[in-house]
Amino acid sequence: MKYQTPSTTKEAAAFIKREKGKAFVLAGGTDLMVRMKSGFIEPDLVVDIKQISAMQAIKKSATGFRIGAAVSAAEMGENTALKKAWPGVVESANLIGSDQIQNRCTIAGNLCNASPAADAVPALIAAGAKANVVGPQRRRTVAVEKIITSPGKTSLSKGEIVESITLPKRAPRSGDAYLRFIPRSEMDIAVVGAGVNLVLDNNSVVKSARVALGAVAPTPLLVPAAAKAIIGTKLNKAALTKLADACSAACSPIDDKRGTVEFRTEVAGVLARRAARIAYERAGGK
Amino acid sequence: MSGTLVSAVINGDQTEFVCQTDESLLDVLRNRIGLTGSKEGCGTGDCGACSVLLDDRIVCSCLVLGVEIEGKAVNTVEGLADGDSLHPLQSNFIKHAALQCGICTPGFLMAGKALLDKNMNPSDEEIRFALAGNLCRCTGYDKIVRAVKATAKELRKT
Repeated sequence: MKYQTPSTTKEAAAFIKREKGKAFVLAGGTDLMVRMKSGFIEPDLVVDIKQISAMQAIKKSATGFRIGAAVSAAEMGENTALKKAWPGVVESANLIGSDQIQNRCTIAGNLCNASPAADAVPALIAAGAKANVVGPQRRRTVAVEKIITSPGKTSLSKGEIVESITLPKRAPRSGDAYLRFIPRSEMDIAVVGAGVNLVLDNNSVVKSARVALGAVAPTPLLVPAAAKAIIGTKLNKAALTKLADACSAACSPIDDKRGTVEFRTEVAGVLARRAARIAYERAGGK
Repeated sequence: MSGTLVSAVINGDQTEFVCQTDESLLDVLRNRIGLTGSKEGCGTGDCGACSVLLDDRIVCSCLVLGVEIEGKAVNTVEGLADGDSLHPLQSNFIKHAALQCGICTPGFLMAGKALLDKNMNPSDEEIRFALAGNLCRCTGYDKIVRAVKATAKELRKT
């Protein structure tokens, strides 16, 4: 196995493009190393992106936050400005695994691993996050919900790497939240996850919203009908019921040891309702 | 087969070793450096028996490549004691009977150290969250939590 530590994203993309065998990006390694160990993959080339300076930092600018692909979930949790602006995104990233995992895992890795149950992804989709993708030839910006195409598969072509994730600039009176259901308090894979992000007007009426679900379909889902159910409301009971119904209607989950189809479908609505309430409160809604 | 030369600071000592690119840090520590304190439990980041500090952050050494530690500092359970005198965490694990078979202990000690390095006055809940990445099938955890709590109290006095 060849191991490379390029110092620019373009160089990293070129290494992968040139490789004739199987090439993988190494960020935190918390998924990649497990797959190597279990024999699922046998890389010919591993490109470690942690020495690429464009990927190492969280940058706040006039247009929002840019989170480098090599930034760990723990570093996100330590960034007070990011936490204040996007508490839902940060809490989703901080739900992934133990401290040992937190110190290594990244949201770009969580996205590219393409699990239907990825915790950070519904929160990122709800936030309207964009992935900054660098290929050997060109650079493009892709909505996060367009990256995962099926379990374990992404829309990235060979040599394309997610360099960073951008979160848009926060409007006044906005808030987000992410909730997941697991049968215990820590260290488990989501049975259902729900992310809600909303902006209020001066009368605490929801002006715009995005709702996303995880672990209830082959990919994390953006649910526009659920957002529509709460836009123009103050999250009264009827609006929340409509939100929950829209979420349940969007589900096409599997039955497995973690939860049944019926359970996941029901809980998706319940969690979305609760996450919406938290996001509303964070946005200053009364 | 040729290998890659890596140089890193392990338990305070500048160390050089040669390893294969696909070898985990845990395998490097155990098989190349002879530091067998860190244990392999699951090998997939669930049990924490291989926990070490990498540039002062707690990680599962089974999920780190040996070649990744070039230029970095690694601290393992072997570096905890100061010569013959045990680290307060180690003494308290003994005092509170916070171990039985001992396989998980090096990982718990390092996770406990990572917590106390940032927080000298953790609540029970904070201790339990900080140790959530470490599994123990003997003690039922309670004695481990007590040992960490007692250590924190001791460290606050010094």
